[in-house]
Amino acid sequence: MQFMLLFSRQGKLRLQKWYVPLSDKEKKKITRELVQTVLARKPKMCSFLEWRDLKIVYKRYASLYFCCAIEDQDNELITLEIIHRYVELLDKYFGSVCELDIIFNFEKAYFILDEFLLGGEVQETSKKNVLKAIEQADLLQEDAKEAETPRSVLEEIGLT
Amino acid sequence: MVVHSLRLQDLIEEIRGAKTQAQEREVIQKECAQIRASFRDGDPLQRHRQLAKLLYVHMLGYPAHFGQMECLKLIASPRFTDKRVGYLGAMLLLDERHDSHLLITNSIKNDLSQGNQPVQGLALCTLSTMGSAEMCRDLAPEVEKLLLQPSPYVRKKAILTAVHMIRKDPELSGIFLPPCTKLLRERHHGIQLGTVTLITELCERNPAALRHFRKVVPQLVQILRTLVTTGYSTEHSISGVSDPFLQVQILRLLRILGRNHEESSETMNDLLAQVATNTDTSRNAGNAVLLETVLTIMAIHSAAGLRVLAVNILGRFLLNNDKNIRYVALTSLLQLVQSDHSAVQRHRSTVVECLQETDASLSRRALELSLALVNSSNVRAMMQELQAFLESCPPDLRADCASGILLAAERFAPSKRWHIDTILHVLTTAGAHVRDDAVANLTQLIGEAEELHTYSVRRLYSALAEDISQQPLVQVAAWCIGEYGDLLLEGNCEETEPFQVEEEDVLALLEKVLQSHMSLPATRGYAITALMKLSTRLRGDNNRIRQVVSIYGSCVDLELQQRAVEYNTLFQKYDHMRAAILEKMPLVERGDPHVKEGGKEKQTEAQPLEVTAPAPTEPQATKLLDLLDLLGDTSEPLSSGHAQHLPPQTPSPGEALIHLLDLPCTPPPPAPIPSVRVFEREGLQLDLSFMRPLETPALLLVTATTTNSSKEDVTHFVCQAAVPKSFQLQLQAPSGNTIPAQGGLPITQVFRILNPNQAPLRLKLRLTYNHSGQPVQEIFEVDNLPVETWQ
Repeated sequence: MQFMLLFSRQGKLRLQKWYVPLSDKEKKKITRELVQTVLARKPKMCSFLEWRDLKIVYKRYASLYFCCAIEDQDNELITLEIIHRYVELLDKYFGSVCELDIIFNFEKAYFILDEFLLGGEVQETSKKNVLKAIEQADLLQEDAKEAETPRSVLEEIGLT
Repeated sequence: MVVHSLRLQDLIEEIRGAKTQAQEREVIQKECAQIRASFRDGDPLQRHRQLAKLLYVHMLGYPAHFGQMECLKLIASPRFTDKRVGYLGAMLLLDERHDSHLLITNSIKNDLSQGNQPVQGLALCTLSTMGSAEMCRDLAPEVEKLLLQPSPYVRKKAILTAVHMIRKDPELSGIFLPPCTKLLRERHHGIQLGTVTLITELCERNPAALRHFRKVVPQLVQILRTLVTTGYSTEHSISGVSDPFLQVQILRLLRILGRNHEESSETMNDLLAQVATNTDTSRNAGNAVLLETVLTIMAIHSAAGLRVLAVNILGRFLLNNDKNIRYVALTSLLQLVQSDHSAVQRHRSTVVECLQETDASLSRRALELSLALVNSSNVRAMMQELQAFLESCPPDLRADCASGILLAAERFAPSKRWHIDTILHVLTTAGAHVRDDAVANLTQLIGEAEELHTYSVRRLYSALAEDISQQPLVQVAAWCIGEYGDLLLEGNCEETEPFQVEEEDVLALLEKVLQSHMSLPATRGYAITALMKLSTRLRGDNNRIRQVVSIYGSCVDLELQQRAVEYNTLFQKYDHMRAAILEKMPLVERGDPHVKEGGKEKQTEAQPLEVTAPAPTEPQATKLLDLLDLLGDTSEPLSSGHAQHLPPQTPSPGEALIHLLDLPCTPPPPAPIPSVRVFEREGLQLDLSFMRPLETPALLLVTATTTNSSKEDVTHFVCQAAVPKSFQLQLQAPSGNTIPAQGGLPITQVFRILNPNQAPLRLKLRLTYNHSGQPVQEIFEVDNLPVETWQ
């Protein structure tokens, strides 16, 4: 996989993950082009299209489009399963996930994706293992947050 | 002092609450100023929060480059929260060309060697996303160590990081190849999946690695068999299919290992049959595995029965309700149609049905596949389907469909009549989408089918009368009417419905084409040339044609103007040559690409003054008469007559004066007349030698000697000569008509020329012969005759 984009039905970008080196300018250009192309397709059309020398696989879940670029030798149908698995992970983590969850917790969406795919390849096929890794990392972060609290309270009192 | 700024959630809420783009920009600009101030203050506790906000702003498309150094600081921080956000920021804001290469490399190195598992995971993830070739070379030893790490969590990530590293620098393969065999024995699905991916990458880049890993084929087969046969674990299954991600990846690796390798293919054949037979097809996950199985079967040396099974799986895919399944079936069958044509043919009717898909992605694939399936036995039925599709298909497919039909008709036409009909249908249905070569192809095709000239010209006349807007059709029709217009009037064709055509109607139609604003310049050229040809084919007087041609002599289009001027000249000065010049085009031999190419050029160009070869059956007397006519005005020997290709040979006044001075002297004794070479082309030479017998001074004996120094025989050689009317010419029989290659026996022929008035001699020659399989005709006037030939 070369990149994955999540965007809304209005064309707003919600997540972008690039696995190949591209300039910011090129990324913006690609994003604009693909958002426009995918949104122009009708719901009854298939989920695959040829684009440059790659294949685009996309699927809509509620108000969000999940769009991936894969190489010519890659399997389009398994890519649909990758998208679906990612949606399932988000759904398990947020509980009945919706677009607002992605917007307000976009960094979590990235963390979950990074535990599922690495360098554009599937790294973990167990949903349980992915979610466990995220929970452990969240716990570490919570521990750090608790350590921060006393200093913050003291600062507010003005005792620093 | 605590900096008062929005929390991430509050910022997002405020941005989303903005009513206008300008308001959004205002909110973001204000907040970015706060973020910059916070970065300048350097409060470590605030840094990760500020960066998180900046990343959101970056997602919206606003500049965020000033946060790049903050990412590096966060990565270097000992706190996990800082590292988590820092690494995320690095992946989003930095690219591999960033100047911070050295700094981030050091941080990642430290985290890989000293960090806890979650930290190592973050570092590996970032490295495999945006690591440059230099970073990969620097950090490869660290990643290699992690391949031996006890924790599956870190190990699986290290394996996939190695995949990225090999992509960046293939020379790193040497480091990562050795551990693979051991890793493959792990039971952890993530490690197995990563290892298979790594081996795949190694094999695709390195033939030595490919040979090395062929010995793990039995191991891979066993892993896959275990997945397929034993009860699945809920943890890794999708819709009852055991870990389809791992299955697909193993199948892909097996494809690479089995390609062009009998032994490996044999090892996996049974398993592939098992997967192909037992995988559940009711859900997408199973179909994904089946698709990969099919691709693997077709790529390796699999048994014939297995290949048929694979094609039949794709055939069932074609019938699937899911359009995604149908799409991959069409694309896969398209790859197979060359190697497994007969198996794919069995699904031809299903493929043709897919032409009706409303999704352009699918109908385009179905079109490509349908065209690939056309052969000599199904061409009639398939062309019917495709021509029906041509009438209803979306505009963006018309050009491809039209071209495909024409190409298939060219290859598989069961008869010329059918071929002409098919091209006509395409031109009338989608003429605007037809490429230019269709015009040349059809004119050649019609030209070759003499028995169909009447049929063709009547069909094309009807089509043209109906519609003059489709340019390729108009061009072919104009050409055909020009060539065979006489058949339009007198020919009787039972295949077309009878209709009566008057000369006036034909001329009016061509004039309409000529004047139409829809006609391209090239089309007008066709039309005016057709009118000229009709001037020699129709029986009525040519005044109407002359008038039309005359009008275009001042046309703004230079090409058309030039033609019109040439045609006018043909009417006025060379009317006696018009019939010969505008004769029907000669047949071009099909099958010889070179001749064919030349023929096309001839047919598409109109060169009104170019002399065309008469039919070989024409009688000798007519040939000679044609040759004599070519000399033009020959009644005045000393005048500057019109020579077709050479400047006139006018004696200068000085020469005349000298001649007069010679009168009182005693005539000198006759000197021998020098020989001259008058023709040379591609190894063929023609020399003339001269003798004047003493008893008959007015008689000149000319011996033509033709030699061949080329590597090919010259055959069917004929040399003809012409002189002005004041001379008398007698051609004696040649010594033969073949000159063998490389200096074979020459042909000699004697001309007897009687010149009673001692007029200057002018000699025109026409040579016709075959050389290297090509017919050649050369017509020229000899321009280097010695003066002794007539003085």
